[in-house]
Amino acid sequence: MSLEVALPIVIPLLTGALCVLFWRSNIMQRILSVVGSIALLAVSIWLLTSVYDQGHVVMHMGNWMAPFGITLVADMLSAIMVLLTGMMALAIAIYSLASASTTHEKFGYYPLMHLLLAGVAGSFLTGDIFNLYVWFEVMLVASFALLVLGGERAQMEGAVKYVTLNLLSSAIFLSAVGLLYGVVGTLNMADIAVKLGEVENTGLVDVIAVMFLVAFGIKAAAFPLFFWLPASYHTGPVAVSALFAGLLTKVGVYALFRVFTLIFNNAPEFTHELLLWIAAGTMLTGVLGAAAQFEFRRILSFHIVSQIGYMLLGLALYTPLALIGGVFYIMHHIIVKTNLFLISGIAHRLLGTYDLKKLGGLYKSKPILSLLFLIPALSLAGIPPLSGFFAKFIVIRAGIEAEAWVVTGIALLVGLLTLYSMIKIWAEAFWKKLPDGTDGASLERGRTSGSLMLMYAPVVALAACTLLIGLNGQPIYDMAEFSARQLMDPSQYINAVLGGRP
Amino acid sequence: MEPILAIAVGLLYAAAIYMMLRRSIVKLVIGLMLLSNAANLLIFTSAGVTRGAPPLIPEGAALPDGVVADPLPQALILTAIVIAFGVLAFAVVLIHRAYAILHTDNLDQMKDTDT
Repeated sequence: MSLEVALPIVIPLLTGALCVLFWRSNIMQRILSVVGSIALLAVSIWLLTSVYDQGHVVMHMGNWMAPFGITLVADMLSAIMVLLTGMMALAIAIYSLASASTTHEKFGYYPLMHLLLAGVAGSFLTGDIFNLYVWFEVMLVASFALLVLGGERAQMEGAVKYVTLNLLSSAIFLSAVGLLYGVVGTLNMADIAVKLGEVENTGLVDVIAVMFLVAFGIKAAAFPLFFWLPASYHTGPVAVSALFAGLLTKVGVYALFRVFTLIFNNAPEFTHELLLWIAAGTMLTGVLGAAAQFEFRRILSFHIVSQIGYMLLGLALYTPLALIGGVFYIMHHIIVKTNLFLISGIAHRLLGTYDLKKLGGLYKSKPILSLLFLIPALSLAGIPPLSGFFAKFIVIRAGIEAEAWVVTGIALLVGLLTLYSMIKIWAEAFWKKLPDGTDGASLERGRTSGSLMLMYAPVVALAACTLLIGLNGQPIYDMAEFSARQLMDPSQYINAVLGGRP
Repeated sequence: MEPILAIAVGLLYAAAIYMMLRRSIVKLVIGLMLLSNAANLLIFTSAGVTRGAPPLIPEGAALPDGVVADPLPQALILTAIVIAFGVLAFAVVLIHRAYAILHTDNLDQMKDTDT
């Protein structure tokens, strides 16, 4: 029994259920939410250490051996993703104490948040392709409800697009699973990987691979199917935006990493070449879209898209160094992007707007907040010695070694344009004087209230993580290298899952 | 049997995409509904339509005797139907609320959050 594989799913589910039990008591729900998040973080650290020791941690649900039962598998990539889920859960849980309004709490904010976390953790840990679909849906239903909490005009419009595109992608995913089952007659991912090598009809396999690519590409907001993300992510409550920005698209990226290293690795000259151009398009369109925006959270949403491109680039080059870069990039990006959204929430709390034209004067009155913004912002643009520099450095070096000149050139250019966007936010929101007509009363108050401190705490912690990854990158690099080694050699995964077969 | 089912699946997909491309938000949801049905029928068809006995193994034997039907696709479809039902219920409520707040059912007029 390897309990640590199941607990990251069980704990958020249980926390969510307990929160529902205390439906009337906001205070109980708040306490449960923080305690549940701490427990999730603790379990994810336990999982990471046991993956370090054993390589793969496998649990057969109900003791039905693979490939017949549903298997939970944690390799290094899953363990890293679960750890980041735990970190983000805690950060958002604390931030929500101050940022979530009482009406949101009354309509089930905390239960939904933990249901979402359960879906995310389940997607990272499952070793069964249909089970992955089920966890995706758990995550989606929770995210739908979170996105429309409050029921404002923009939220409704955003939600219609978000729901439609995600349901479309789910339907494509489900169809692909059906076709795949028709070809290989199994749903266990390790077993699929074994049996797919023996299939002669490679044309059909390529079609299924592209269907998975489209389905996960929509979820990950990859080019050309990214437009739902900037149309919806900035509409929800800010803590929800931050949670989505950090985790949801990365579930799509994780699924792409898993499927295109384990299952569809037979024809990289077709699938990974396709991924390479998708990555290039994603990087470029995301950053150009951001350049045209003048709203804090919209700029950040477009940058999610462009950063997804770097992660996909790591996968598409499909060399050990490139995969290290991709995994490192995911770790860096989740922390940094969540942090930037949280900071936009603080700016909104202080000045009551996300519009850059109405923001201003934050540097003069809140120098510490400005510093806290600069750390993730410069990290996102890839300025040394912050975490983003090393992430970009590894990916771009892998690109040069693979002699993919055009894509590498685009990656470098996108880095510059990212800096442009971050400087734009800096100049407009922090540097320039407070424009007339914006109420700056809460800025001028000398002391910060207690609830504002709760919003600062996760921002400081995440900024410290960014600095730590930048200044002490070796252990993080080792983790990424460990996971890249496992991803490049799927036989380890297959043996770990199917080894227990009688 | 398979060719008929395959044609039905194709028609369902085509109808779903057509409905989703209409301007009305209600037709969008009908399209989503048809799409999930098409996917379910596709699983059923591609897993192989066999006429066989229930997959029960007689006592003492290790294998079932004769041709048995594969129960897994049906389990998958059942799960997918339940999920699609839940999601669809949410979608119906969403379009109702969206109509109440936006005073329109025309997707072309929902462009405020676009870029």
